[in-house]
Amino acid sequence: MTSRHILLLGPLLLLLGAAYLVPFLGVMQWSVTLPEPGLGQYRTALTDPLVLGVVWRTLRICALVTVLSVAAAYVMTLVWVRGGPVARLVVELCILIPFWISVLTRAFGWLALLSNKGLVNGWLQTIGIISEPLTLVRNEFGVVLGMVHFLIPFAVFPLASSMRAVDERVLMATRGMGASRARIFWQVFVPMTKSGILGAVLLVFVFALGFFVTPAILGGGRSVMVAELIYLRIFQSPDWGLGAAISVILMIAVGALLALMLRQTKGAAR
Amino acid sequence: MIQLRPGPIPLILAALIAVFLLMPLIAVIPVSFTPNRYLSVPDAEWSLRHYRSLIDKPVWAEGIWLSIRIGLVASAVATALATAFALGIWMLQPRFAGLLMGLALLPMVAPPVVSALTLYFFLITLSKVNGIVAYDTWAGVALAHAVMIAPFAVVLISVALSQLDRRIDLAARSMGAGVLTRVFGVILPNIRFTLLTALFLTFVLSWEEIGVTLFITSVNAVTLPRLMWMGLRDNIDPAIAAISVVLIAIVVAVILGKTLWQLRKAK
Repeated sequence: MTSRHILLLGPLLLLLGAAYLVPFLGVMQWSVTLPEPGLGQYRTALTDPLVLGVVWRTLRICALVTVLSVAAAYVMTLVWVRGGPVARLVVELCILIPFWISVLTRAFGWLALLSNKGLVNGWLQTIGIISEPLTLVRNEFGVVLGMVHFLIPFAVFPLASSMRAVDERVLMATRGMGASRARIFWQVFVPMTKSGILGAVLLVFVFALGFFVTPAILGGGRSVMVAELIYLRIFQSPDWGLGAAISVILMIAVGALLALMLRQTKGAAR
Repeated sequence: MIQLRPGPIPLILAALIAVFLLMPLIAVIPVSFTPNRYLSVPDAEWSLRHYRSLIDKPVWAEGIWLSIRIGLVASAVATALATAFALGIWMLQPRFAGLLMGLALLPMVAPPVVSALTLYFFLITLSKVNGIVAYDTWAGVALAHAVMIAPFAVVLISVALSQLDRRIDLAARSMGAGVLTRVFGVILPNIRFTLLTALFLTFVLSWEEIGVTLFITSVNAVTLPRLMWMGLRDNIDPAIAAISVVLIAIVVAVILGKTLWQLRKAK
């Protein structure tokens, strides 16, 4: 350790240590001391039917959201990487514009579309298909749509790098040997981009697990997910110990998934 | 070599997904012109009242100004610390560089809600000893944002440094340049574009931050996203539609401008 080390590396590490690492230890301490010392809150978090119900809903929504957003992102990336110049530009704009718009604005956009007096119900009523507005939001359907919308751009980046790495000559060879477009896609192209798909799946799933804003707005308190449950246990029906215990479990789960992701990318690099 | 282009099926699917991605952003526009006090689509009469209320009600200007101030401070602090850290890793190549890097990126990879709870703990603890950098103060929010956005600056700057030719630094050193000259005269000028990008990205991230802000503010430090959140939860205020249209228009204008500029440059 020289003075240069301290001068350059020190400030950021000091900030993160003081404002993040130590307070996280404090949160861990809450989880084993509030309201009484012991592992009682972890027992509650792992056995209480209400908490388990929320965990189960979170996993179910995250799995569905991951499949839908990676599939949609795969199509978009395919056109972005391999399409003609116009298609490329259009896809790029459709990914970049939502990417830079805040999660609140995007969630609000879904409310404008799907709420009882929103655009979709308005159209359906004008055409006369329905007489009463459909409940499209403030439920799981709205949450899934909003989350998929938020996560598609994030899934595009790992997919794009793996699609760019595909060797063009392999595709030409299969084409030359008479394979159909569908066969080239499913049996050659998709397997060759497997590492990108796995990376995108893990990334989106990890993001989705800790998601808070979109489910809170579009779920309207009716389909609470883990992150919102933590918020509620801290601010609305306070049980700080339980909120802290769930946070610690969530952190461990995400850490394990990230370790898996790191191993995967290292394996792919080899 | 002729590249195999995507066929009609992926193109049609991509067009549908593009509509899906843009639809909620477009839907905000008609709603923002509603004459009613509640979220609705205007049928006969279009009104500018919700745009007026953005100007007439001082809360909006206060929220915007607070978010700008917090964003400027947080992005400056985060970029400065991240630059020093990335330089340290690149120049000194310390032992356990991987571990240090992992630590620096922690707030970016941890679930946002866990970060929020952690920073809430941090700020309420600080509140017991001072009233300036504390829970529900602008300085507290700026510090918490700096923690959350610094990892993004670290990533950007580290990538730029890894692409920088080490020999220019070695050349400067062998000709007798001191550390300060090497850093400020040679290395930083070479990555100045990335430094500006990092400042800009971290500013935008702080400007739209809501997950952490929700935990660490209540009634005093009401940033623009916090204000929008309050108008979104129960009775939806159509003024949110008006501010959303403004925000979307800015993003679209910047991205279109940048794309056009790149297209012209490519010609």
